[in-house]
Amino acid sequence: MSSKYDVLVIGGGNAALCAAISARRGGASVLVLEGAPKFYRGGNTRHTRNMRCAHDAATEILTGPYTEEEFWEDLLRVTGGQTDEVLARHMIRESKDILNWIVEQGVRWQPSLGGTLSLGRTNSFFLGGGRAMLNALYLTAERLGVEVEYDAEVTDLVIADDMFLAARLKRPIKGETEIHATSLVAAAGGFEANIEWLKQYWGEAADNFLIRGTPYNRGSILKMLLAKGVQEVGDPTQCHAVAIDARAPKFDGGIITRHDSVVFGIVVNKHAQRFYDEGEDIWPKRYAIWGRLVAAQPDQIAYIIFDSTVVTSFMPTLFPPIAGQTVAELAGKLELDPAALERTLAEFNAAVQPGTFDHTILDDCRTEGIVPPKTHWARRIATPPYLAYPVRPGITFTYLGTRVTKEARMLMTDGKPSANMFAAGEIMAGNVLGKGYAAGMGMTIGSVFGRIAGREAAKHARN
Amino acid sequence: MHGTRILDEADRLMTVCNSCRYCEGLCAVFPAMEMRRAFSDGDLNYLANLCHACGACYVDCQFSPPHEFNVNVPKTLAIARAESYAVYAWPQALSGAFARNGLVISIVAALSMAAFILGFAAVNDSGVLFGVHAGPGAFYRLMPHNAMAALFSAAFLYAIFALVMSVRAFWRDIGAPIGGRAEGGSILQAIRDAGELRYLDGGGVGCYNEDDKPTDRRKLYHHLTFYGFLLCFAATSVATLYHYVWGREAPYPWWDLPVALGTLGGIGLIVGPIGLFAARMRRDPALLDEQRYGMDVGFIAMLFLTGLTGMALLALRETAAMGPLLALHLGAVFALFITMPYGKFVHGIYRFAALVRYAQERKAEVS
Repeated sequence: MSSKYDVLVIGGGNAALCAAISARRGGASVLVLEGAPKFYRGGNTRHTRNMRCAHDAATEILTGPYTEEEFWEDLLRVTGGQTDEVLARHMIRESKDILNWIVEQGVRWQPSLGGTLSLGRTNSFFLGGGRAMLNALYLTAERLGVEVEYDAEVTDLVIADDMFLAARLKRPIKGETEIHATSLVAAAGGFEANIEWLKQYWGEAADNFLIRGTPYNRGSILKMLLAKGVQEVGDPTQCHAVAIDARAPKFDGGIITRHDSVVFGIVVNKHAQRFYDEGEDIWPKRYAIWGRLVAAQPDQIAYIIFDSTVVTSFMPTLFPPIAGQTVAELAGKLELDPAALERTLAEFNAAVQPGTFDHTILDDCRTEGIVPPKTHWARRIATPPYLAYPVRPGITFTYLGTRVTKEARMLMTDGKPSANMFAAGEIMAGNVLGKGYAAGMGMTIGSVFGRIAGREAAKHARN
Repeated sequence: MHGTRILDEADRLMTVCNSCRYCEGLCAVFPAMEMRRAFSDGDLNYLANLCHACGACYVDCQFSPPHEFNVNVPKTLAIARAESYAVYAWPQALSGAFARNGLVISIVAALSMAAFILGFAAVNDSGVLFGVHAGPGAFYRLMPHNAMAALFSAAFLYAIFALVMSVRAFWRDIGAPIGGRAEGGSILQAIRDAGELRYLDGGGVGCYNEDDKPTDRRKLYHHLTFYGFLLCFAATSVATLYHYVWGREAPYPWWDLPVALGTLGGIGLIVGPIGLFAARMRRDPALLDEQRYGMDVGFIAMLFLTGLTGMALLALRETAAMGPLLALHLGAVFALFITMPYGKFVHGIYRFAALVRYAQERKAEVS
């Protein structure tokens, strides 16, 4: 059995659905193949919350302007210049219109309700979060006549002379089949849930990584494309990793396992030793370095240690902190050497200098005479109960991808663009994000390039 | 932990939700949750009654079943809400009525209607009971107006008193953390929020029913039911004024205010409950407190019965069926009144109190 569509979209997240909708609106017949079951559809999109779009003035949902130039400067800063300027500027320009386009596809932004809700200047928040956004896109796609198949595991891509011909599909009940399409949009994400693949770069340490998204982000489409002559982009060893609670499930713990308490205490490894300046910079800027820092520690585990004076300074956490009336008791519960932890805390407390604490600025509370120092927000940890969160690296996404043009068209290893293969979302994010990350950018890449890929794929199919 | 399994579960969920907060724009429950880091029994009962069961947070949640975090806020809060009705019921001796509510309501309704039929038959000879009566005072040939007024006032006052005592207990329990009395602004805000069912809208798209496609159907049927009920109540109040102030006795002509109000209200009380019942039957069981089928349906049935018998009485009031129909209608209304504090009716009262509390808290937070 085989069937033929104008546009085949592989993947089921924000980029895939934007591509499917945009292709369908462009007059194409569209099939979406989502490898996950319906509940887990959408890959990392189900865990997202907001999108970063340029805009010239404050709106109902954004507190102030965020110009294209400012967006570009932010991107330049977080990537350290590792970005494709032409593509990136194109994306930023297109992002302005996405603010409205995505609403036309049924997605709702969170309005201000008297100032208690999360409202930003740079980022717009989805009402109800990423899964709500995804549900809206699926409803729109289905209403437009896009066909969607779940549990659809693509086992091979038939590509000849840089042209996509068909995808081989293993259906759980109906068995093997081949889907032919005039254009392909690959929007199937990265390989963060593929531990074996991660091990190629991280070795056995990858066994101790927790994956923040679903187990379906295995990168199989990316691997096939790279093996069949598509040019790769991005550092394969790079991934977005944050420190998340070590008690989180192996997969799909999402946003709620994160910790934002690092700046309020110290972080020690399994030898009860500090290893990095916990007060280096304002927290959101440093959020994403702690995953890699913990990954570099023995057994990929660390402990955020603080005391009872700061428990209400950060968001309530899913897992309660582990508590001890004495440092030794806490160390016992964490299976750390009590003497070592007591010594680390005593040295830290002795090094704390007087200052005025303010976690919203780079304040003057710092240590002196210890290595590494804590350069801001350093306060003595001396009021029992002593508390701790165990943390491990939580992998959000990977950077390795397929190189694309401004039309989201894949480039082949010989430098030529493919006639009918397009990519959008995390699978090509490495074009824009060589490294680093700023909140909401993944969704911008997904929506902007998804929309472009769908449009171009439909255009190709109709010609 | 808490006194009951469901409150333990509600506490677990609010801890999960409080570390996520993606749903904060959907309704009042999540902003209210964010004002707390820990949850007392009263807090959880407050949140449970603040929830309008629109279902959006279940459909939008990345951790709802089959996810291992098993987050199902609508169902959990629905069960907690139903259990809270029994907790605050006055007198406590009657709180058991909530356990098998459908049965209790049916028995009370049947007994009440039977009592009126038998009472009418005992007092009136069959010529009067099955006679054709017309003109002012026609109803009171079957039951004297003063007897009717005394009986229904007593039932009504009892219901009011029991409800006041119940909601007082609830108010104390949910007000404890911050305290304070309700003031005008918050009550006005709550009247607006309740009147338009502001939070029964899934954050704007409608509520979730049998699938993942939101609609505003339940809101519409609830409006028909609620405003139908109010119109019927207004009809009775106007008629009471007519009777005592102007000495004009029922039945009134079809164009007169009590009948016009009652007719509109009666239509609402027939169409609304049918729509709510159909929605209840088709709703995704994942969102429902399935154990409370009897309570949900019992109240809807009582409203429907009240509307239906009232409309039948209006249509046939000049025939021999008037006597028996009047008995049935009075029986239905009497049963509705005396079961009010012990059935689903209380949801409106507790939810209103929760909305007042929420308006207070919001005001305190902003200032």
